[in-house]
Amino acid sequence: MMLSDRISGGAVATLGAIAFVYGSQLPPVPGQQVGPSAFPMVVGAGLVFCGALIVFGIGRSFEEVAEAELVEHSAPEVMEPLPGWRQWLALLPPALLVFYAMASETLGFLVTTAIMIATASFAFGARPKLVVPLAIIAPLVINTIFLKLLRVPLPAGLLPLPW
Amino acid sequence: MDTIVQAFGLVFATDVMIAIVASAFYGLTVGALPGLSATMATALLVPITFYLSPIAAIATIITASAMAIFSGDIPGCLLRIPGTPASAAYTDEAYAMTRKGQAETALGICLWFSALGGIAGTLSLMLIAPLLAEVALAFSTYENFWLAMLGLMCATLVARSSPIKAIAAMLLGLLITCIGIDNPGGVPRFTFGSTDLLGGIEPIPALVGVFALAEVMRALTTHEPPKMEHRRLGSILKGQIELTKKYPKQQARGNIVGIIIGVLPGAGADMAAWVSYSLSKRFSKTPEKFGTGHPEGLVEAGASNNASLASGWVPALLFGIPGDTITAIAIGVLYMKGLNPGPTLFTEQAASMYALYIIFMLGNFIMIPFGIIMIRLASRIVSAPRSAVMPVIMIFTAVGAFATAGNNLFAVYCVAAFGLIGFVMEKNGYPVAAMVLGIVMGTMVEQSFVTSLIKSDGSVLPFVNRPVAGVLAAMTFAALLWPALSWVLRRRARRQRLATA
Repeated sequence: MMLSDRISGGAVATLGAIAFVYGSQLPPVPGQQVGPSAFPMVVGAGLVFCGALIVFGIGRSFEEVAEAELVEHSAPEVMEPLPGWRQWLALLPPALLVFYAMASETLGFLVTTAIMIATASFAFGARPKLVVPLAIIAPLVINTIFLKLLRVPLPAGLLPLPW
Repeated sequence: MDTIVQAFGLVFATDVMIAIVASAFYGLTVGALPGLSATMATALLVPITFYLSPIAAIATIITASAMAIFSGDIPGCLLRIPGTPASAAYTDEAYAMTRKGQAETALGICLWFSALGGIAGTLSLMLIAPLLAEVALAFSTYENFWLAMLGLMCATLVARSSPIKAIAAMLLGLLITCIGIDNPGGVPRFTFGSTDLLGGIEPIPALVGVFALAEVMRALTTHEPPKMEHRRLGSILKGQIELTKKYPKQQARGNIVGIIIGVLPGAGADMAAWVSYSLSKRFSKTPEKFGTGHPEGLVEAGASNNASLASGWVPALLFGIPGDTITAIAIGVLYMKGLNPGPTLFTEQAASMYALYIIFMLGNFIMIPFGIIMIRLASRIVSAPRSAVMPVIMIFTAVGAFATAGNNLFAVYCVAAFGLIGFVMEKNGYPVAAMVLGIVMGTMVEQSFVTSLIKSDGSVLPFVNRPVAGVLAAMTFAALLWPALSWVLRRRARRQRLATA
């Protein structure tokens, strides 16, 4: 997920350009010189400018100083790189949240979160001895807290809270 | 006097007391777990505060954040892994003391000077905020605009990254607040026909995504921290009075630096600790001892990071400008509870403000006994496996956002999206705190900007020719140009060094 400054700066500039053009096409408020288009255009222009500077590597020296300081203050074993595939594992939590948003209404809170916890826990390298009880108990506890203490109804779906 | 009595009545209510004790233990636990920051602890609490009374809600945020900042020192000291970024600056030092067999002294310093620093910070809040409120009452939209701009610029200045990337991150935050119909013309902007986007992006799901979910994602890509072995500790507070007497200057300097950094928008406890630690080293009579388990820097940095916490509330309460990421969350809670930030808060809601001071004091007093209990229990709590803690936090981000957004699943998508955005930004050196500041302040910036322009008939002159506005404008531009200047100076220094060599 490490991108070069060229790519990330380019993305920032493109986003700014889109915001600028989109903003300029917003309808004005009748009788007013400044309306809803002013702010997106100013911000968009700023993003284009910053993006261009980032592409040309300006300000990079500040980052190098900060990075060196971080390495100096961290334990060496923590800084060791992990295999490349582990980087992609980072996408799992947001994917599981999207799963929650799509499935919780039909499956219910308990079932959905049990699946989520089990998956995430496995990804963190837990053994089944830990995963199974965790995936059963944690959803029950969280559901009870939200329903009984905070009075937030969570979707019951297939399996409502037994108490 | 009546208001003070009233304030005590507000604080010493049963629900507030329960909230303080519960959030103290919560904050201590989360702070002590490596990789879980104080900001994350606070962000995860927001959904809970939604269902509490206003004072209890604020008490929860204040207590949990103060405790988490302190307890972040525990794994730093015992494992060399800072529990929160605010402890990172002096983790080495504390760990070196532990290796010398002085773990209890190191932890004692962290606890004792954290609590004292927190009290100093609270006093500064009590002193500065009402004074500034008088001044702020006379502000018009022009001053408010520059103040907000100055706040945003400060956030980019203090980021430990490229200032240009920080400004880009901040602008991105501002752009995000453009989404929806909450703008001067009431036109839907950047909604792309989606009804969910009409209402705009709420700051809370964005914060939870950036500070909590992104943290879970990051944990998946890093090593599991080593286990903490059980260790017998002696008396924690032994020798602290002597250290207080030995390093009064360091402590005072730490407190003052922490207070100043806290007041600066966007710069929080972690910044305060870094600055104070390096100041301590620079002015020390024995700088060579730093890094070898020397208490001096620990005293100063510990005094600094907790002092910054309370003073961070000054700009938050007065102008709605967050002093750090924790107050960025607190501002959201204040709005939610009808305590809209502004100078009038100090006149119209005086009792609530006094209550806030009392809670801060109380929080720092109970930090000492609670902190000692936590230090004793730490080896058990910190050994909770990451594979059990992180998945549960992930569930809390989903349910919490869902509950605060009025049971709307759109908030869950927001958390997922912002988790991803925060993760990618952090990996590439774009400071997320700057973006969060943009998100929290965007609507206010746009409102003061557009209203000012309408008032002046499109002219930019009134932005700079009112005295206070002019000064604030000059400060903003100075902040904008500072990175360029510092780069030139550094370059020249390097060239001179090469020339002499």
